[in-house]
This record gives sequence, C-alpha cells and structure tokens, in this order.
Amino acid sequence: MVLIVALAIWLICILLVAPFVVKIRLTNFLLAVAIWLICVALTIPFVAKTWWMPDPITDHARLVDGQMALTFVVTGVVFILAHLALGYAVLKFGRDRSEPAEYTTGNDRWELLWTSAATVLFVGLVFMGYTAWAEARFAEAATQPGSPDREVVEVTGQQFVWNIRYPGPDGKFGPLDVNLIDDSLGNPLGVDRGNPDGKDDIVVPRMAVPVDKEIEVILRTKDVLHNFFVPELRLKLDTVPGIDGRLRFKPDKVGTYEIACSELCGLGHYKMRSYLDVMEQADYEQWLAEQASFLQ
Amino acid sequence: MSTTLAPPPVVEGEKIEPPRPDTGGGGFPPAWPPDHDDDGHRRPDPGAEAVVRYKLGAWVGIAGIVMVFAAFTSAMVVRSGISGDWAPFDLPRILWLSTALLLASSYTIEKAKRLLSSGAEDGLRRWLAVTLVLGALFIVSQWIGWRALADKGVYLASNPSSSFFYLLTAAHAAHILGGVLALSYAVFRVWSPAVWVTRRATVEATAIYWHFMDGLWVYLLLLLTFWR
Amino acid sequence: MNEVAEYVEVHRHPEPKSFISRWIFSLDHKVIGIQYVMLAVVAVFIGMALSLLIRLRLVWPEQAVPLLGDLFPVGAPDGIMTPEFYLSMLTMHGTMMVFMVLTTAPQGGFGNYVLPIQIGANDMAFPRLNMLSFWTTFLSFCALMMAFFVEGGAPISGWTAYPPLSALDSAVIAGTGQDWWIISIALFCVASLLGALNFIVTTLELRAKGLTMMRLPLTVWTWFVTAILGLLAFGVLLAAGVLLLLDRNLGTSFFIPAGLVINDQLIDRSGGSPILWQHLFWFFGHPEVYIAILPGMGVTSHILATFARKPVFGYKVMVYAVAAIGGLGFVVWGHHMFMSGMSPYSAFVFSVLTMCIGVPSAIKTFNWIGTLWGGKIRFTSPMLYSVGFVSLFVTGGLSGIFLGQPTVDLFFHDTYFVVAHFHLIMGVAAIFGMFAGLTFWFPKMFGRFMNEGLSKVHFWLTFLGVYAIFGPMHYLGMLPHPRRYAEITGVDYLAAGGSAEIHYFITIAAMITITAQLIFLFNLVWSLFKGKVCSDDNPWEATTLEWAVPTPPPYDNFAGKIPTVYRGAYDFSLPKAKRDYAMQCNSDDMVYQQAAGD
Repeated sequence: MVLIVALAIWLICILLVAPFVVKIRLTNFLLAVAIWLICVALTIPFVAKTWWMPDPITDHARLVDGQMALTFVVTGVVFILAHLALGYAVLKFGRDRSEPAEYTTGNDRWELLWTSAATVLFVGLVFMGYTAWAEARFAEAATQPGSPDREVVEVTGQQFVWNIRYPGPDGKFGPLDVNLIDDSLGNPLGVDRGNPDGKDDIVVPRMAVPVDKEIEVILRTKDVLHNFFVPELRLKLDTVPGIDGRLRFKPDKVGTYEIACSELCGLGHYKMRSYLDVMEQADYEQWLAEQASFLQ
Repeated sequence: MSTTLAPPPVVEGEKIEPPRPDTGGGGFPPAWPPDHDDDGHRRPDPGAEAVVRYKLGAWVGIAGIVMVFAAFTSAMVVRSGISGDWAPFDLPRILWLSTALLLASSYTIEKAKRLLSSGAEDGLRRWLAVTLVLGALFIVSQWIGWRALADKGVYLASNPSSSFFYLLTAAHAAHILGGVLALSYAVFRVWSPAVWVTRRATVEATAIYWHFMDGLWVYLLLLLTFWR
Repeated sequence: MNEVAEYVEVHRHPEPKSFISRWIFSLDHKVIGIQYVMLAVVAVFIGMALSLLIRLRLVWPEQAVPLLGDLFPVGAPDGIMTPEFYLSMLTMHGTMMVFMVLTTAPQGGFGNYVLPIQIGANDMAFPRLNMLSFWTTFLSFCALMMAFFVEGGAPISGWTAYPPLSALDSAVIAGTGQDWWIISIALFCVASLLGALNFIVTTLELRAKGLTMMRLPLTVWTWFVTAILGLLAFGVLLAAGVLLLLDRNLGTSFFIPAGLVINDQLIDRSGGSPILWQHLFWFFGHPEVYIAILPGMGVTSHILATFARKPVFGYKVMVYAVAAIGGLGFVVWGHHMFMSGMSPYSAFVFSVLTMCIGVPSAIKTFNWIGTLWGGKIRFTSPMLYSVGFVSLFVTGGLSGIFLGQPTVDLFFHDTYFVVAHFHLIMGVAAIFGMFAGLTFWFPKMFGRFMNEGLSKVHFWLTFLGVYAIFGPMHYLGMLPHPRRYAEITGVDYLAAGGSAEIHYFITIAAMITITAQLIFLFNLVWSLFKGKVCSDDNPWEATTLEWAVPTPPPYDNFAGKIPTVYRGAYDFSLPKAKRDYAMQCNSDDMVYQQAAGD
C-alpha cells in the first residue's frame, strides 16, 4: 500500500515537473497524458477482470468466451496502439512554428498497410467466431428433434413473467387455446386440460433442468417481444410473437442461474426475472414428480 | 452545364420585345428573350443554370420517393408471405380510367414541354392547364375508386391486401397532389412576367416528376394486380 | 475580402429588409443554419436534462426531484419518478438526441451554414426548400414536445419503438404519446428528405469554377455523403412510421401478429410481423448512425489539418473511406437484429459486412494520426475537441467490433455495453465534432471568438467526464447489466457483481459533466455579445473559401464575385511557398511569387 502511494506521488511529481524540463507546452503535455491515462484506466479493469462475466456452464459458452478473449486481444492492441500514437503525436508535434510543418499528402504504403491489417484483423475475427456461432444457431440438425436424450422445455414470455412448460410424464405437449388463457385461474398459457396430451403438462414460473443433458428450449411469447437470456449460458434469443424460437444447451454445472428479460417489454421490464435451476438427474426427476403431483 | 437553346422563331409581322419584368400592366413577356443584345453579342441564357439545377432536383427527389415506395413494396411482399390471412379482392374498374387519365396527362405535359422554346405561348399555357385538369381528375377518379371499394365492404383494415391497396394508392395520390401543386406553380410561372427566367426550369422539372408519377402509378397498378 | 486571384461575377440578390423575412422565415442559408444550431442547442439541453433524470432515478429512486412533480403529476407524483416515467424519459432522451440534435446540428446547422460558402455558392440550390426543411423540423420538434404533455405521457417503447409494444396501447399506458412520437418522426423524415435533396443538388451544381470534386474540403464530402444517406434512408423510416400509425389508429395489422393476449384479453388482429418493423427501422437506423457521425469526421479532418498546418494525410483515401462507410452503411442493418431470431446465415453475412465497415473507419483514424504526425500543432479549442473526437471515435468504434460479431453479441446484446458503445461513438464523438465546428466557425459566423479559456475548461471537464460516464458502462455490460431497467436492484448477479457502485460513480460523473455544459452555454451566449472581436477574415490561417469572404459573410456570401479555385482544400506548408498556407482561391503566382522577395 505504502509502495503504491509512494509510486503515485513520484509519478505525479514527474508529471508536474516534466513540462518545464523538456520544454513542452502544458496543453500538449496534459492532453497526451490524459489520453494515455484514459487508455490505461479503461484497460486495467478488463485485464484484471474486476467486473467480469459469470463463469460459463456449457461448452458452447466456453467457445464464446474464447472468441471474446480473442476479440479483447485484437481490439485491445488496436486501442492501445492508436492511443499511444495519438498521445505521442500530440506531445511531440506541438512545438513552435519557427519552421513549417513537414509537407506530406500521404503515403500509399502506409495506407495499404493499415487497410490490409484492419481487413485481416476484423474480418478474420468473424470467421474465427464461426464455430461458436454455428454451435449456438446452426447445430439444430446435428441431433434428431425429439430424441429421447433431449429434454424439451417450453418457455413463454408474458408481461412480466416467464411461464415454463414441461410436457409431463407422457412427453407430449398438449395443444394450446388462446381462449382458455386465464391468469387468475392459473392457466396463463391456455393449456387444454381436457386433451390427453395437455392433461399432464406442467406449467411453472421457474425453470429446472438436469445437468449434463441436452436441453432444448422452445421460446414463445403471449404478447410483446421479450428476450430469454441466461448469462452463464452465453445464449440469448428474442421471443417473437408468432414465431417459435429454439435454443439448445447442455449445462455441466449444478446451480441456480438467473433469467433476466433482455428486450424492453413494457412498464415492468426490470421485474421480469426467473431462475434456471440446473440439478442432478435424480433431483430433477423428483422435482418433476413433485410438480406433477400438484396437478392431481 | 450550358444548354444550347434554339433561338425563337420569328413569326412574320410580329416584333419581339425585350423582356420587361417590371411592367405589371398586363401583356405577357415574349416566349424567349432575344438571344442577342443590342450590340449583336450572343447573350448567355440566364435560365440555363436553373434548368440543370431544377432537373437534377427532380431526379434526386425521385430517388427519395423511390425509397419510400420500395419500403412499402418490401413490406407488402414480406407481409403477404408470412401469414395465411391474405385475401385478394377485385380492383375497382375505375382504376383503368385513372390510368388513362394519367397516361394522357403525361402526353399533354410532354406536349407543353416541347412548346417551351418554340414561342407558342398560348399552346404552352393550354397544354399545362390541360395537364393540371387531368391530374385533378385523376384524384377524383381515385376517390371514386375508394368509395366503390368501401361500398363493397372492403375497408382499410379489412384485410392486409386492402390495407396495402389503400396505403399505396393514397401515398401515390398524395404525391400526385404534390405534382398538381407543382403544376399550378408552373402555370403561375408561365403566366407571371416577374419570374420568366426560371419558368423553363420549372416546367421541365415538373414534367420529369409528372412522368415519374405516371410510371410509378403503372408500377403500383401492376403490383396490385399481380401480387394478390 | 481576402486576396483572390480571379473571380466570376454573378447576379446579386437583394437583401430582404423586414425582420421576419430576414431572421425568421429567412431564405438565407446562413440564417437557416444558425436556426438549426439554435434548435439543436435547445434540444440538447432538454435531452441532457432527461438523461440527468434517468441517472437520478437509477441511483436514488425514492428521492423527490424539485419541480418535477408539478410538471408531470402523473409520471412523477410529488417528484418521485415511477418506473414508467423512467422509460418515457429514456425514450424521449434517445429520440430527442438522435433526431433533434445529432441529425440537425451537424448537417442542417453547420452544413447549411458552411457548405455553400465552402463551394463558392451564393446560397443553397433551393433556398425556399431550405426554409421549408427547417420549419418542418421545427414542427417536428413541437410534435415531439407534445408527447410529454398529452394524456398517458410520453411513449415508453424506446427510440426504436419496437412493435407490438409500440403498436398496442393495452401493452403500455393508453394515450396518444406514441402517436405524437410517430407524427414527429414522420415530419422529421420529410424535412430531412427535402434537406438532403438540397444538399446533393447544391454540391453537384453550384461549385465554383475550378472546384472539382477531388478538391472539395472533406467537410463538404461528408455533408454530401450524409445527404445521400439521408435521401435513401429517411424515406424508409417515413414508410415504417405511416404503417405503425395505421396499426395504432385504424385497425390494420402490418406489425401486429395474430393471437396476442394481453392481460387475458385476446387482441383482435391478424398476422402482422414485428420483425418487419425492425428491418424497416434499422434499414434507416444504421445509416442514421453515419448521418450523425460523418459530418463530425469531416470537421475533424478539416480542423486537424488546419491546426497541424499539414495537408490531410491521404486525402483521396479519406474520400474513398467516407464513400465506403456510406455505401456499406446500407447493408449492415441486420447486426442490430442478431438476437431477433433471424437466419443464422444472414446474421453471418451481416457480420462480415459489419466488420468490413470497420476497415474504412480504421483508415480514417490512422489518417488522422498521420495528419498530426510531423505537424506544428496549435492547441486552440477547436483542435482540442477534434483530438478528443479521434480518441472517442477509436474507443467507441472498437467496442463495435464486439457487437458486430453475433458470437460475442450473444452476451452483449441489450446490455450496457451497447449503451457505452453507441453513446461514445455516435453520441459524444459526434457532439465533440459539433463543439469543434462551433468554436472553429464561430468567429466567421458572428465576428467574435468564443472565449478560449472557457472553451478549454469545458473541453477538459467534458472529455474526462464522458469517459467517466461511458467507460464504466462497458464494465456494467460485462456483468452483464441489461439496458432499460428502471431499477438497478433486484437482479442477483448484478448485486453480486457490484453494479450499484458503478452506477453511483456514473451518476456523479454525469452530474458533473452535465453541469459543465452550462459553461458551454454561458460561453456561447456571452461570446455572442462580449466575445473578442474577430477583425481578420481568416483568423485561423485556413485555406478554404469560407475564410476568403468578409466576417461575418454578407447576405449572398461573395458579394456577387465568386472566386475561382486553383488547388485542393488542404495546401498547408507547401515547400517554397511564401507562407505556410495557400488558400483555394490563390493562384500559383500568388502562392510562390513573393517568396523570393521575402
């Protein structure tokens, strides 16, 4: 601690004295220092991960994190180089006008250099991220829909709650009827309880899934746009009325994670939250059975 | 930038007067100012710059309008494609009359434009006025068409197909109304002695816009006929 | 008048005599430009007041704000802001800033004032249209203000107004606020289209003799490209606005899908598409971002060259970069919709195109640094703002590299990271461009300088202030903090991550920075009447034509004598020249001849 304070005082002294020693105008000096300090101050928390993403719980999320790290490195290097150069230019080329400035209208070689560098870096990044993106969105065909080792959960947004529906013991979702929708009767989705498929459907406000198993989420909404986002999954998708969105993930860590709506959905947007409980298979089955028993 | 202009044809027995913009006492300025001054030097045409400017303005404006209708069209294509509630209906017959009126008005304004540099003042004024009347009649005809549809129970909100019908025809009619205003202005310019320098520009730019409105209508008619 | 080698004589228009035709319904592009700037100044202070309310509501939700209760008895009873009031503030802040400030001042304001003089024109191509544009914009502003005070209050659907939220009253609060919002936007579109038409024709047709396109100042290039963007983009928003208005009021279903149930009530509409709105909106919305920032880029290039006493580094490349940004700007709108469920393939294509737009942006940045390199920099206040612009542009631009990749956007979409990104690049950077432009052209406009000392104090407070506000928002995005949340408590992972502290810090920084803008306002007003008189026609020793006319410029700019242009816009420090700048209207004879005699 003492060391840091001493270092800081020393640095400030140097900064204050420097302009008089090396005969640089105060404005140039201050601006250069400000530019550099801003650059450093902005970078440090990213490097130190002071405020950082929650730990990933799927392989896909780790892929996203890898791409994120790569992007941080690339943009970080450009960010620091650009600010170093800007600060240096401000510091160095701010002296008196006794002689004219260097006359140059440009340099094609430099232009070519940074044009190609920027192209390679930026466009390259997208292609580097292709796998992670494909994992999130393209991989639909990789497994058969409705395969027994996939748990299907239907998530329906509504102002301002999440309704989670499980198919129940028969493994089939019953048909929905908008005319049956009645929040006060506890049927927010309009499940037709007279239908054999719908009779055992479980509708709960909180989402539970088994660990190490592939989960498929069908995303819907009753009213306006919402967005299903669990930070630990690094997955996000708008719920759009009339369209069934699909997300797949395979969590490998037991725990409770938060679902916060991420698309402005009205007055209570900030209150629209729920939880995702990732459980051991046995706990999950017991939980399901418990929920089913309330239907009796 | 310079536009070569034909010298006015001298009608036998008629003497061309130099322009007198300030005389408000009736009598129209000549069709075109003498292209030579008193010393026999060729005069630069003071209206030539305005012609280029106004015409470019018309084209740029058209680009903007094209984007509006492109947006409507893409909305229509998307909307008719995504859900099964699209119900076609028969377009009112009177639209064909509208089309004829508009096509005719394109002809008449072209006629007027051709007369611009020929000095036939009466003809110019007459054809412009005819175009103006045809434009107004077009709007009346469209109005009758809307009424006819409404009488059949096809309203704006009845079906997406009718929504788009009313929307597109009304948006077009609004632009025709703008064209009618521009035409009125052009007629005013042709009449008014004070602004004769830019009258050629006004008429030519209005003609471009009017032809575009004509073409736009044909496009909309085809769209509404075949995309149902 | 500055020395001019040769000129072309043109017809002079008489100056109007009456107060109204001279200052209110003026046809003079300079007066109209100033009117636009004044409108933007009023709007920016309203927008800033709204942002202050937003920040206060976030960190002190229970605290009563004085006077607010009287102004908005429903939204803020006894001065305590409700969550829906927060959303109204947020919507109106965005709309006010994006349309009434970022679109009007750089283009309608400075573009209107400076462009005709810089190209050697008496006025815009269509002065009456120009006047109409401004007054339509003014009407649009009035309509937007109406939204605050109608029943139901201002809309809460955000500046993007995504349906069904914006289309159905039952999903929000019944009222006409959203309708006024749409009317305002539609009027604004019309005004901007007319303005764009005028700018394009003016630039193409009214250039002085000798002023080829490749000799144009970069400011003119950016205004020109901005006008093209506006011409092609605003029509689409206009169309979308009309559709939304019909959906809201006349029972159509363009954007409202079938089978919506709100509060147990089935909404009687059939098969519209909310995604359609997003496509139309962002087809406009992305070019709009460049409409806001491009003029700032032009002003920065202009000022960096002038005060570094160097030609713009890579002038041609800069022009191509502006054109490329403009062109690519129309094919990247999909990156706003990565999370809307669009086809992953199109998302990937949009992503590649988006990254491509980073290339001309990077080129511009490096060229700006190249312009400074080896220069003789004079740190006047316009120069400070311009250097600030470069820094903000880099910082804000690089976070776009994150958001432009769908993979990374999976995490950042709709978080404060996005808020940080667009505020830095299209908000604050563009505003810095305006500060730079205003301090730079102020002496030409009003014949007085803005106070250097006050400007510098304002620069420092603002430059550090905006970084203090928007820098930490990136960290909020890492947590990840969702945008548009009326309360910062409640979400577990935010509380654990320490979001509250960051929010307090940001609010304090915002309060200081917003207060610092009063310095700017004071400086502006004070300098108008008491500022140091500018007796020189070319106080900055700049090269472009606006510095060749008297200060302030006469009614038709060149008093009927349009100078001939001999050279490019940035001939600074020419070797062997008699002084370190050559104005565009100076012939080679004038530039070099007297050098031997010196």
